[in-house]
Amino acid sequence: MVKKASKRCFKKGVNSLFFMLKLNLSEYDTKGYYDEMFDENNNVRPNYKLFLERLQKVSHKKLQSLQHATDRAQLSLGMTFNVYDDNQGVERILHLDIIPRIIDNTEWTHLEKGLQQRIRALNLFIQDIYNDQKVIKDKIIPKELILSSASYLKQLQGFTPPKDIWCHITGSDLIKGGDGQYYVLEDNLRCPSGVSYMLENREILKRTFPELFKKLGVKPVYNYTHILRDTLESLTDVEKPNVVVLTPGIFNSAYFEHSYLAQQMGAELVEGKDLIVKDDVVFMITTAGLQRVDVIYRRVDDEFIDPLAFNKNSVLGTPGLFKAYLKGNVVLVNAPGTGVVDDKAVYAYIPRIIKYYLGEEMIIPNVQTYICDEEADRKYVIENIHNLVVKQTDASGGYGMLIGPKSTKKEQQEFIAKIKHNPRNYIAQPMINLSRVPTLTEDTIEGRHVDLRPYALYGQDSIKIIPGALTRVALKKGSIVVNSSQGGGSKDTWILNN
Amino acid sequence: MLGRVANTIYWMNRYLERAENYARFMDVNFNLSLELPPNEIQQWQPLVVITGDWELYQSLNSKVEKTKVIYFLAFEERNPNSIYNCILNARENARAVRTEITKEVWEQINALYFLVKDGQEKKQCLDVNIRDFFTQIKNGCQLVYGMYDSTISRNEGWNFGKLGQVLERADKTSRVLDAKYHLLLDSPKEVGSSLDLIQWAALLKSVSAYDMYRKKYGKLSPSCIAEFLILDREFPRSILACLLIAEQSLITLSGSSVGFSNDAQKQLGALRSQLEYIDINDIIDKGMHEYLDEIQGKLNKISSAIYNSFFVIQTDYSEVK
Repeated sequence: MVKKASKRCFKKGVNSLFFMLKLNLSEYDTKGYYDEMFDENNNVRPNYKLFLERLQKVSHKKLQSLQHATDRAQLSLGMTFNVYDDNQGVERILHLDIIPRIIDNTEWTHLEKGLQQRIRALNLFIQDIYNDQKVIKDKIIPKELILSSASYLKQLQGFTPPKDIWCHITGSDLIKGGDGQYYVLEDNLRCPSGVSYMLENREILKRTFPELFKKLGVKPVYNYTHILRDTLESLTDVEKPNVVVLTPGIFNSAYFEHSYLAQQMGAELVEGKDLIVKDDVVFMITTAGLQRVDVIYRRVDDEFIDPLAFNKNSVLGTPGLFKAYLKGNVVLVNAPGTGVVDDKAVYAYIPRIIKYYLGEEMIIPNVQTYICDEEADRKYVIENIHNLVVKQTDASGGYGMLIGPKSTKKEQQEFIAKIKHNPRNYIAQPMINLSRVPTLTEDTIEGRHVDLRPYALYGQDSIKIIPGALTRVALKKGSIVVNSSQGGGSKDTWILNN
Repeated sequence: MLGRVANTIYWMNRYLERAENYARFMDVNFNLSLELPPNEIQQWQPLVVITGDWELYQSLNSKVEKTKVIYFLAFEERNPNSIYNCILNARENARAVRTEITKEVWEQINALYFLVKDGQEKKQCLDVNIRDFFTQIKNGCQLVYGMYDSTISRNEGWNFGKLGQVLERADKTSRVLDAKYHLLLDSPKEVGSSLDLIQWAALLKSVSAYDMYRKKYGKLSPSCIAEFLILDREFPRSILACLLIAEQSLITLSGSSVGFSNDAQKQLGALRSQLEYIDINDIIDKGMHEYLDEIQGKLNKISSAIYNSFFVIQTDYSEVK
């Protein structure tokens, strides 16, 4: 082997330099965290074995040039989002790290079952809280907790959506803890975003490591938009339904995704002003008059879809849309009112909700959560606030949060006061050590913290989990914040056949 | 097709055609300036006049200089019609109608955007190799046209795009002819001189008409050139040829080929037949400038009529599909 290598060095001249400067992973640090490539003794885990072999054959320089090609590919595909921090909108790309996140089939099957279980239970839960409210009568969850949620829409009481499905598209955030176990960190039943990155990242990585896909047996994700279209069509009895994607418009940061999905599905991409409601039926305004709309995959939040029903000042919506929906003349995806599940106080009850509706134990656990509205929990939170992460129940995106171990005494006191003032508004969780995945840095490869967002589609017959996900990665060393606005990037996620 | 989307496709194509035309005007003029006596005003002012933005130019610049004119027409952010803004707008429009165009077309328009953005940041107008930039813009736009024609179905969207492209082209051909014809005939003592020939050839090259003109007429003569650029049925950049193409698309979109079914079709048909039944000598007698001015006015009216007939939200929704 050595002999062969040196011969090649000699032959290839300049390239030999790169060859000799191949990656040195002997310094790779796994201390204190669960690393997904190496175990605690620095032995490679089975899911990364073949990939590591490939990695060890290339130089860091070569990896960097692959990384640059990736950045360029993202720009040319137009995978950009606008950041309006000054007068001029700045276009950014979400950094895609070329080292994939690799998950084996056993783990994936477990995740799949767990997500299907969770989504089925949540759908039954939403149906129940807008109708019989058995879950409240049976004292599984306090009535006030549901009714006080800002996302609970009273207008929907007594309503059942087409095919009894509320949450058609789900993108829950999962993490892997220090114990190597997956946890659900947050549910996302309103308008989960990021799926276009799952799809486009894959297209790009197929150019970066073309030979590895077959060799490792990576499950394909390309049929997502086909399943999405089938799912949307399955929600109506109209024979050839007119399916549209509703976007807030070109200035929305997720516009790339809206247009991408519409185009991949062959659906019309519409804005609120392109639609009109006549006699409780929704039409789009075309060059040849009005054309009826049957299914709307809307990427506009509940609050803004209809100025007559919700926010009066919304210019993104279409007047009368909500009434047309209540009359059953159009399908909205996801159904309005599902946001109640995203409430962090409701999250704490999900283990009990699953047990209640399905009679099963939860397959993917929640992160342990203390409900400040419950006296014993509140007492514990106040006493241990310096070790806990405190979250506001109706906030997201890293806002309204206290990270105990990284906070000052003063901040802790402020939060304690807030909790005492309005306990319903707060929950607390222990600090979790997010797992790490190898990531390309300036001069080598190091572990960086990641989370995982798989996508589930709930159609008429089944809940399908696409074998792939958006892995978000905190690019800054030591950081656990994976949000794109705070130095986060993404990774392609490979689910292996075996 | 959504009215908003149709309008956006129409403008996306107009902007691309405009950018390509500007790049060609400047390229030809730059080439011409190398062989003419050094009179920057005489050489570069007409270029700004052609675009109709002479007033804006004057408000932003105190003098007429080659680099200033190039900057103004190619990169000036405050000039809504600069190549920079045209490509920016074309791309924003393409992004808004991403579902109507193919991956190939989108990526090429996006590549053009990075080209002009880079050019603007590098202050390429001061570069001696500015002609490379013009060539890249011209080729880049033509690559879009080619991809457009070879990857997009001949559906409503394609026809609205074609309308935008050829109406813009007709407008630009008429403007180039107007400005140059005027200028060339103003200096009768040089008629037939070698200087004159260079100028007439440059006029033809500004609209990529030189080769096809030579093939048809051989010798350069002002009236033949005017005839070729206004009334030729076969040359794809002549005003009449553009109108014939536009009319085909409009017939497809309106669904009727007999008479007219909307105001846009009526006005376009009227202008097309006017050009079909006029002789170049009639135009010269009437006054070239006056005639071209009238054509430009009518083209604007046709564009508004298209807007009113197809893009704007109709108050009467009786026609439900």
